[in-house]
Amino acid sequence: MSLTEINVTINGKAYAEWVEPRMLLSDFIRETCGLTGTHVGCEHGVCGACTISMDGAAVRSCLIFAVQADNREIKTVEGLACNGEMTALQKNFVECHGLQCGFCTAGILMSITDFLEKNPQPSTKEIKETLSGHLCRCTGYDGIVKAVQKTVQDNQKEVLQRS
Amino acid sequence: MGKVIGKAVTRVEDMRLLTGQGKYIDDIGTPAQTFQAAILRSSSPHANLVSIDTAEAEKVSGVKAVITGEQVKKYLDPFSVGVSAPVHYYPIAVDKVRYVGEPVAVVVAKSRYIAEDAMERIKVKYEALPPVIDIEGSMEEDAPILHENVGSNVANHRTFHYGRVDQAFEEADRVIKHKYLFPKYTATPVETYGIIANYESSENQYTVHANFHGPFVIQAIMAQALKIPSNKLRIIVPKDIGGSYGIKAGTFPYMVLLSVASRIAGCPVKWIEDRQEHLSASSSGTDRVTYIEAAVKNNGKVTGLRMKMIDNVGAYIRAPEPACLYRTHANSTGAYDIPNLHIDAYAIMTNKLPTGLIRGYGGQELYFPLERIMQRVAFELNLDPADVMRENLIKKEQFPYKTASGGMYDSGDYMKGFELALKTGKYEEFRKKQEKARKEGKILGVGLACIVEPSGSNMGYITVALTPEERAKSLPKSGCSEAATVSMDPMGSVNVRISTTPSGQGHETVAAQIVSEVLSIPADKIKVVAELDTSTSAWSIASGSYSSRFASLGSSAVFYAAHKVKDKLMKIASHQMKVSESELELRDGAFYEKNDPTKKYALKRAAGSAHWNPLSLPEGMEPGIYETYYYSVKAAEPPDENDLINSSVTYGFVADLVTVEIDPDTGEVRILDYVTIHDAGKLLNPLIVDGQIFGGLAHGLGGALYEELVYDNKGQLLTGSFMDYLCPTAPEIPNVTIKHIETPSPMTPLGAKGLGEGNTMSAPVAVANAVSDALTPYLVEIDTLPLSPNRIWTLLNQAKQNKNKEVTV
Repeated sequence: MSLTEINVTINGKAYAEWVEPRMLLSDFIRETCGLTGTHVGCEHGVCGACTISMDGAAVRSCLIFAVQADNREIKTVEGLACNGEMTALQKNFVECHGLQCGFCTAGILMSITDFLEKNPQPSTKEIKETLSGHLCRCTGYDGIVKAVQKTVQDNQKEVLQRS
Repeated sequence: MGKVIGKAVTRVEDMRLLTGQGKYIDDIGTPAQTFQAAILRSSSPHANLVSIDTAEAEKVSGVKAVITGEQVKKYLDPFSVGVSAPVHYYPIAVDKVRYVGEPVAVVVAKSRYIAEDAMERIKVKYEALPPVIDIEGSMEEDAPILHENVGSNVANHRTFHYGRVDQAFEEADRVIKHKYLFPKYTATPVETYGIIANYESSENQYTVHANFHGPFVIQAIMAQALKIPSNKLRIIVPKDIGGSYGIKAGTFPYMVLLSVASRIAGCPVKWIEDRQEHLSASSSGTDRVTYIEAAVKNNGKVTGLRMKMIDNVGAYIRAPEPACLYRTHANSTGAYDIPNLHIDAYAIMTNKLPTGLIRGYGGQELYFPLERIMQRVAFELNLDPADVMRENLIKKEQFPYKTASGGMYDSGDYMKGFELALKTGKYEEFRKKQEKARKEGKILGVGLACIVEPSGSNMGYITVALTPEERAKSLPKSGCSEAATVSMDPMGSVNVRISTTPSGQGHETVAAQIVSEVLSIPADKIKVVAELDTSTSAWSIASGSYSSRFASLGSSAVFYAAHKVKDKLMKIASHQMKVSESELELRDGAFYEKNDPTKKYALKRAAGSAHWNPLSLPEGMEPGIYETYYYSVKAAEPPDENDLINSSVTYGFVADLVTVEIDPDTGEVRILDYVTIHDAGKLLNPLIVDGQIFGGLAHGLGGALYEELVYDNKGQLLTGSFMDYLCPTAPEIPNVTIKHIETPSPMTPLGAKGLGEGNTMSAPVAVANAVSDALTPYLVEIDTLPLSPNRIWTLLNQAKQNKNKEVTV
């Protein structure tokens, strides 16, 4: 099969690679770029494990071809922490026991990071609705919902302190 | 250093998992020249394999090998099974296919993309045979036979008689009975099966990396199938497994298949299962028909039970089946004091996916009929279900309680737990609310369930599948061994090696807590290694992650291994300080003289002596600090000649109260509140405990309301994707209240019992009882699951039509 050259920026680093047009973006991220933090759980867009951020929007990387990411900016779970310092959301996943096996976690972090940027003060119902795009079979979602709620509260406190 | 065990500390696993640095099977890298496998699977539920033409597939550029059952069979014996029926199970079809999804050929190629291209060019000719799908249909005389050499579809049949059953039924005021069907459902971890297999001809050895979590008795079964000495099958389990809930015990046929594929292709082979493969061909829970009869007194006291259980193990019976029938054998009468018990147990085969471990294993299948019949007893006697349960619950003073079938319930206060559930869930208040709501045309119901949660399986229980005479022909099996190793290096740093192959339960954290407390070292200075390597780890046939055995067994092994290290260090300190051990105490990383706290000897120095200066050690002491402890429990004895068996080591208790509202127009069941009371003995880490309980409950709610592996009557799977197989997501989880009582187990050094499976066992029937309670005015019996809107709507409408008929007649 013929190859196509693509240029993709992932977590601030430029990747120029030749790929088959049929290669999934999830496979490209994991196998070509070696970023194994993004996980593949169903390859039909239901479980949400492979969610990444592309040009600032959370998307399923198993439903996108690598060639569609040409000239795009991607962020994966490896790009969330900054200089070894986890984000508030990540820290709250620790505090609230928002993960067990951790396999679905990367996708959830990417979705919720995008969600909170666009909707900084969501209701619990909105949080749960956003999470409905992700399957977690370990936690029963309780710790995840609490981690997101706590992040919202922390952010509000920070805003109040600043004002 | 104070108390660490029992504290809700956060997990050491989290940082790596949150930053994308987990090491799951698909992340660990592969040997050079590893090829990728894709598996062609049967589209037919039951057929003779006439021919497989691989010529076109082999021509595809990048294909290394196309492998069929005929080639694989040369290197294999059929897997041994724990029943006497001669079922020949290979990991790939050899002459017939017996379920949709059964492997038919393996393509090994440069990439998965190429392997799947080639797979499409394989031509398989099937000669269709009539399938059998229905559980009881499989036992009919003219039923199609799956395994001709077995002669019927029955893989195992045993009857058990405990106490004076006939007398209990003769003396009963009433006999209350019904038939229940627990459906086939599954676990769907978000990470699927994954395997990297490598055969090295120079050593005639297979090395297999897999997200397999035991029981490691299956290592012996795999080696036997591969026709090699067991030390030539090296299994390495990565430290991170992306969930399992039991189902990854079922990776083993694929581990053997990929091993042989590596041997035939002449290269390491990697296979990551896709979701459709997982749903159609990994493993699943067991669907069971139960005919249950209760001998009942007019006050609601149940004096005897008869249960005919028929388990559908799918197309092949494979290890550890028929364990679903027997895992709960000791607790067959649940939380109730019922001394007379008759069980007629069958494992039968049909043209469905073979079954295996799933969270709750056997519990949900047992408690669905048991707790439904208790509610029915109340209904037929016009008593409050809570009163019937009170009448029958085992009383506190009866512990340790010996069950009819040989179980020894170690500790508990069931009445306290149950009353706490009623109080927390405001049972009496809800009854009033329900009455009022009924007048307004609303359908409200409350469901109760009390269950015993077994943990730490006795390896002897599976032999109950054999008659006492059959068992006498081989060595008895008992125990529940687990091993742990604690070592200290020359600088005093601690490594802990565990063989409990965690898949998200936080074993690294809890092991670190335990060692921290015993050795008086901060938990963050302790490194826990969770990878298991059968060639270098301490493990036993019982090792692994199943039957909620970490809290009862794994943690005990860690505790005693840490004590062995402490004892050795204490001896060194005593020798060096010239003070008797009884005059020393360990705190804050040093041994102190009790009478003179100014005199101390650092732990690190004691460790250093053992490595740097072995000649300074007490006479006869070995150098180094490296201690392994194998833990087992005496109560895990083999079954006796009367089939009495204590099938688990510890028994926890769960009392649930759930309230529901049913939409009369759509039949949708909405859970209003879920209250669950747990007694799992001493809790080792309450943060992890509640996480485990939530997860188990979500799975139980899935089983109650959404999840089923549906086959049509021709044997085609209808739920092969996540669009059809419905797992609960966040909005489906109701308001949940968890409360604990702690009656420590006398069986384990820390008093802990296993947990995390309890609500998977209890929730399906608790919800069914609530729905049944809600529908009491309609005289609807809930005897199967899941309680989808479709099912409830149909039941409601039938009930309404029946009522109308009565009126017109």
